[in-house]
Amino acid sequence: MILQCKDVLGLEDMSAEEILGVLDIANRFRAVFDRPVRSVPIMRGRTVVNFFHEPSTRTRISFELAEKRLSADIINFVSSESSFKKGETLRDTAENLAAMKIDMLIVRHSSAGAARYLADVLECSVINAGDGPHEHPTQGLLDIMTMHQRLGDMRGKKVTIIGDITHSRVARSNIWGLTKLGAEVTLCGPPTMVPGGLDKLGCRIEFDLAKAVRDADVLNVLRIQLERHSSRAFPSNREYHRMFGISPDVVRSLKPGAFIMHPGPMNRDVEISSEVADGPNQVILDQVANGVAVRMALIYLLSGGDPGALGSGSN
Amino acid sequence: MEWSWQRIPAEYLVANVKLCHQGKLGKRSGFIHVRKGRIEALGVGTPAIEGLPVLDAAGLVCAPGFVDLHVHFREPGQEEKEVVATGSAAAAAGGFTSVVTMPNTLPAIDNGAMVRYLVQRGKEAGLCRVFPAGAISPGRKGDALSEFADMIEAGAVAFTDDGSPVVNGGLMANALKYAKMLGVPILSHAEDLSIIGKGVMHGGYWSSRLGLAGMSRVSEDSAVFRDLELARATGGHLHICHVSTRGAVEIIRRAKNDGVRVTAEATPHHFSLDHSRCRDFSPLFKMNPPLRESEDVEAIAEGLADGTLDCIATDHAPHTGTEKEYQFDQAPFGVTGLETALGVGITYLVKSGVMDLGRLVECMTEKPARLMGLPSGLLEEGEPADFVLLDPEREWIVEADKFQSMSSNSSFIGEKLTGKVVSTFLGGRLTWRDSTENVKYP
Repeated sequence: MILQCKDVLGLEDMSAEEILGVLDIANRFRAVFDRPVRSVPIMRGRTVVNFFHEPSTRTRISFELAEKRLSADIINFVSSESSFKKGETLRDTAENLAAMKIDMLIVRHSSAGAARYLADVLECSVINAGDGPHEHPTQGLLDIMTMHQRLGDMRGKKVTIIGDITHSRVARSNIWGLTKLGAEVTLCGPPTMVPGGLDKLGCRIEFDLAKAVRDADVLNVLRIQLERHSSRAFPSNREYHRMFGISPDVVRSLKPGAFIMHPGPMNRDVEISSEVADGPNQVILDQVANGVAVRMALIYLLSGGDPGALGSGSN
Repeated sequence: MEWSWQRIPAEYLVANVKLCHQGKLGKRSGFIHVRKGRIEALGVGTPAIEGLPVLDAAGLVCAPGFVDLHVHFREPGQEEKEVVATGSAAAAAGGFTSVVTMPNTLPAIDNGAMVRYLVQRGKEAGLCRVFPAGAISPGRKGDALSEFADMIEAGAVAFTDDGSPVVNGGLMANALKYAKMLGVPILSHAEDLSIIGKGVMHGGYWSSRLGLAGMSRVSEDSAVFRDLELARATGGHLHICHVSTRGAVEIIRRAKNDGVRVTAEATPHHFSLDHSRCRDFSPLFKMNPPLRESEDVEAIAEGLADGTLDCIATDHAPHTGTEKEYQFDQAPFGVTGLETALGVGITYLVKSGVMDLGRLVECMTEKPARLMGLPSGLLEEGEPADFVLLDPEREWIVEADKFQSMSSNSSFIGEKLTGKVVSTFLGGRLTWRDSTENVKYP
């Protein structure tokens, strides 16, 4: 058994062995993508519900594609915030879904802890597709997979996460996963966007971008959530770009072989210059492809899939 | 004559109890002689009176009925959470005989008629003395003064916009001056809303880790500081509600040393639990002010021990089960507290050596009653026979379905506490008796 649990709620709960085990399976699925027929009949007859309680395009499409490639039956349930304010609790929704006998629930919710709550009340497996600013484990895994493919053993590798750490579930999942694999994680952003206390999770905090990226093997550049900053955590997009944006100058200061990741969607010329976003040092589309493979691997493993049945991967 | 729990006589003796009052737990057994709702006599040993029914309470401690300066009984307007009758029942079960109700009902308690209504509801329930606090401003909107004198005539004992701070400092200054003229305190819910923002738990390591918006200590500290300076300038009596930070304790300590007329309260959850309790996203640990860090928890306990904080108040804040089913960030702030206060106090303050039982009882009786000017909190000849029998050694597990309150949103569900209220008497009448099986109480 690669995964010992019913659910995947966060990388906080996963061991280094589990993370590496999932990446191994994901790499094998990734090899299937190059075949003329990309789907495998593993999940035939099983129902997966994609329950998105918050707007999402790419994560939802990535999950849907992963499910389709595993031949699962899919239900998409996209709800607007407003219909829930009318009184139905998350528990009501969950119990309704459970009554319909589903095999797996993929959940995206604006509240931290929502996925865990559903996992506790439901018998079926739950995969967290992002719960507020808390965790986004599939994004964390696809990020780590992308790093691992290029850097191999992550022990001692230097990863710098740049941007709005406070509101980022991507940052939290990266921190948990990367520190478990022995990577050295640096968090960088304006002090208004880096909450206190995360150094206790084993991260270095550095407010000077030049120092934060100097020895880095990877820059993971977060999306600035322009809509969340009503209290104005930084003066302007222009000044943010000047202080923390990844420009061609920043890229030139990196050590050879260092590369740039971004979970998307990008604010071009805010956290990342267009030139860098389209340049040779980024691996953004590789992240997207790995995302489908990671999600296939998790769905497969949580459904009791046998890793031996997949043959060996390309990596 | 035989003692009868079914029909409490007009005159009786409670014998073989250790009296706990005036800050001390008596070493020798004593008695209380109750007659027509008042304490006829009390003392150590056995009284030389014969022929009276005797409640033999051997092994138990007898203390004045507890006094809680901060409860939310939700009536009118939120009767799905609590009403005065169920809140009073919860008070009785927790050993309380006097409570001060907060005015943040719907509509707010901001005029004499509303105060009179609440007092009336309290009398109808008949399980504890209900002393309403009135709103500082009409509708708690923070832009004008309510009719304090009219409300005092109807029974109000203090004024507060609790639930919200008085943002306008000029209005707060006037409230303190005006209340000073009338001889009543202003209760401060000290919070700077512009700093707190959308916070839902204490801002620190755990909020950062969990991805929940943080509530900075600075919000409370700066608001306490402002109100203390207003009290210093006006000479009004300021009472700080639910102190939760080390900083606020220190600021209050300094102001008291300077002679500022300030008193303060702390809740049982703030001297016992820290913010790590939010780790499972349970809304049963969501309240305002929030659970803070262990150094704050220690500072609150120390503040109670050295008198910087005058008393324990529960901030009993019932919410329905449905509301506590919401996700942490969406759920309302507040937890119940009346029925667990004594157990939490003994478990976290007495057993841990912060203070002895005499001092704990003083913080729940005489001290809050005196600072608010309530006719309660004492065991004295001629006073109403409001008293509680308690077992300070008894261990029990807090269970959600055993509460008398209409709501069960307690932070202590499943926890083992030491110290339990066995029975409560209000004006000589029984208002609560622990009916737990397997335990034979007198």
